[in-house]
Amino acid sequence: MTKATEKMTGARAFIECLYREGVDTIFGYPGGVLLPIYDELYDADIRHILVRHEQAAVHGAEGYARATGKTGVCIATSGPGATNLVTGIANAYMDSIPMVVFTGQVPSSLLGNDAFQEANITGITMPITKHNYLVQDANELPRIIKEAFHIASTGRPGPVLIDLPKDVTVQEIDFYYPDKVNLRGYNPTYHGNMQQIKKAAALIGKAKNPVIYAGGGVISSDASKELIELAEKVKAPVTTTLTGMGGFPVEHELFLGMPGMHGTKYANYAIQESDLLIAVGARFDDRVTGKLKAFASDAEIIHIDIDPAEISKNVKVDIPIVGDAKWILQKLLKYADPSQSEKWLDRIAHWKKTNPLHYVPPGTGDGIKPQYIIEQISEACKDAIIVTEVGQHQMWAAQYFKFSEPRTFITSGGLGTMGYGFPASIGAKIARPDRVVFDIAGDGSFQMNSQELATVVKEDVPVIVAIFNNGYLGMVRQWQELFHNRRYSATCIQDSVDFVKLAEAYGALGIRATKRDEVRPAIEQAIASGRPTVIDFVVECEENVSPMVPAGAAINEILDLERKE
Amino acid sequence: MRHTLAVLVENKYGVLTRVAGMFSRRGYNIDSLTVGVTDDPTMSRMTIVVRGDDEVLEQVTKQLNKLIDVIRVTDLKSEDSVERELALIKVNSDVTNRSEIMQIADIFRARIIDVASKSMVIEVTGDEGKINAIEQLLRPFGIKEMVRTGKVALKRGQKSS
Repeated sequence: MTKATEKMTGARAFIECLYREGVDTIFGYPGGVLLPIYDELYDADIRHILVRHEQAAVHGAEGYARATGKTGVCIATSGPGATNLVTGIANAYMDSIPMVVFTGQVPSSLLGNDAFQEANITGITMPITKHNYLVQDANELPRIIKEAFHIASTGRPGPVLIDLPKDVTVQEIDFYYPDKVNLRGYNPTYHGNMQQIKKAAALIGKAKNPVIYAGGGVISSDASKELIELAEKVKAPVTTTLTGMGGFPVEHELFLGMPGMHGTKYANYAIQESDLLIAVGARFDDRVTGKLKAFASDAEIIHIDIDPAEISKNVKVDIPIVGDAKWILQKLLKYADPSQSEKWLDRIAHWKKTNPLHYVPPGTGDGIKPQYIIEQISEACKDAIIVTEVGQHQMWAAQYFKFSEPRTFITSGGLGTMGYGFPASIGAKIARPDRVVFDIAGDGSFQMNSQELATVVKEDVPVIVAIFNNGYLGMVRQWQELFHNRRYSATCIQDSVDFVKLAEAYGALGIRATKRDEVRPAIEQAIASGRPTVIDFVVECEENVSPMVPAGAAINEILDLERKE
Repeated sequence: MRHTLAVLVENKYGVLTRVAGMFSRRGYNIDSLTVGVTDDPTMSRMTIVVRGDDEVLEQVTKQLNKLIDVIRVTDLKSEDSVERELALIKVNSDVTNRSEIMQIADIFRARIIDVASKSMVIEVTGDEGKINAIEQLLRPFGIKEMVRTGKVALKRGQKSS
């Protein structure tokens, strides 16, 4: 068989490979060793989003990936450009998001010489990538790019990094793009073991107190529909983790909300009293389980996950099923009979009624409760994509927004990266221009990447940043209040930044709201403007996220922290 | 409890770093690690001796399998595998004790591969216990330097019944 080949440089081959992988958008920042690649990008049919800091490129690519399910792509130059990507790569690795990250590198002849802007980025990112490559010969570039997209997007997804020495980008090759990958050490399991599935189905049929605990795997395997069908068929209530939020409709009667540290009381009670816990694409994170020994200690556990290494990593499980969540849920749907959960569902309904999520609602003319803002955004724009930074506002968003479909909640789960939300919201808005995209932010988090206001204005990406401005690094302050006698060490940031003027300085729309009655109009004005907008919501400064499981406690030892005036 | 793992990997740069990095990051203890090419030049074989209970072994195996460059991981149980280690031991010796040391070497089927006026170098191959034993016996003479390769192991052939 003859291969169709064409002569071209490594840089040109890079572009050709991206075309073949269907890449339409790339987030990046140029630099010396990337000049040949940027020269090709100049008239390539790929939208390049020039960010103002490389960290925003990698978070932007992740936001794009999470909003679409496609693989996100970003690029940065060697040395500091590459090291500025590290946080975002670690973030994508922790949350299993498909990404291909390109970095420039000094010419091969200088590698290892401590050359100008040299950093060993493959070495640095080895523990935070699914795989990485240093390209040593441009002839290997097409195969490597093909492999990288394959590895990133299959099995348990994750980031793959490709380091491109400058000489590789100018080397001339006979371009040939392989149509298959050949990786003998990589063969993810998609189809779950039928015997295990039938055993699981039998357990479900006998269960009296079943609970489904679904995580980010449900989103990445596009298994939301199957999850809903299974829950309805077997009559089991569903709790979704932070990264699983949106995988099950919040307003569904079987929904329990989020489990764990800032979950609902009734989700935690249900898990603790369950006799069968069905974990789907979730990894028993410490923020979910609390004290491990006491977690669901009376339950038999079915664990569905595509990554065999997650099975019995934290919690010993009774029936592991390794494979794709969607495929396995389809089979379970076929074999499982309804559980014996009538009384259980009555108990849960009672818990829901007696222990709802709640806060003291503000009166007309009062100051702003942060939870109220989330409720208002949810009402004003039910199908918005909600992206968050990390902290109290993130928890309120997860607790109070009424998500109704997958890929509408984009948040840094595992790594907890402040500064993630704004750049990720740029990626999400570019991927889904039809949707209103909010970045729910704190005044602390937003300042970690506020320079991207330049990007959204220049590229005309009308995201709405809703700053919950309480003048504190609120989540840390909350812990200081509870566990360090209100000694607010280094958490007060009442540094009088005028976020409205900041937005205006960049050419974005700035709105300020200080009273409850100004919340809804501010949201509506921002949506109607169609412009990149910053809303500075001045909120009550010592509001706590409630309820809360103290670190190290069992999850049913969950406390109300409501602040009464 | 100690386990011996045979790990077939791609013969590519950086593979050793990936494997060693995974062990250190996840907090697993390596007793020894050897690596060398196989009959297939595209593959290398590592023999890793790791300490831990069955749960640790299960996690180590799964985490190794997650590495793209790892092709296959086999747990070599001592009853159905052969294991060898090689050691070079430089021991103090002079005319007064040379023959005594040579006798010890002889008993262990070790070889003398260097003789100088004040020392000898002994090469010994065997399982770990044998190497520990000869080391014990040579210690009274004064061991100047010693190097051990770490364990290599292969599964035994199928026993016909």
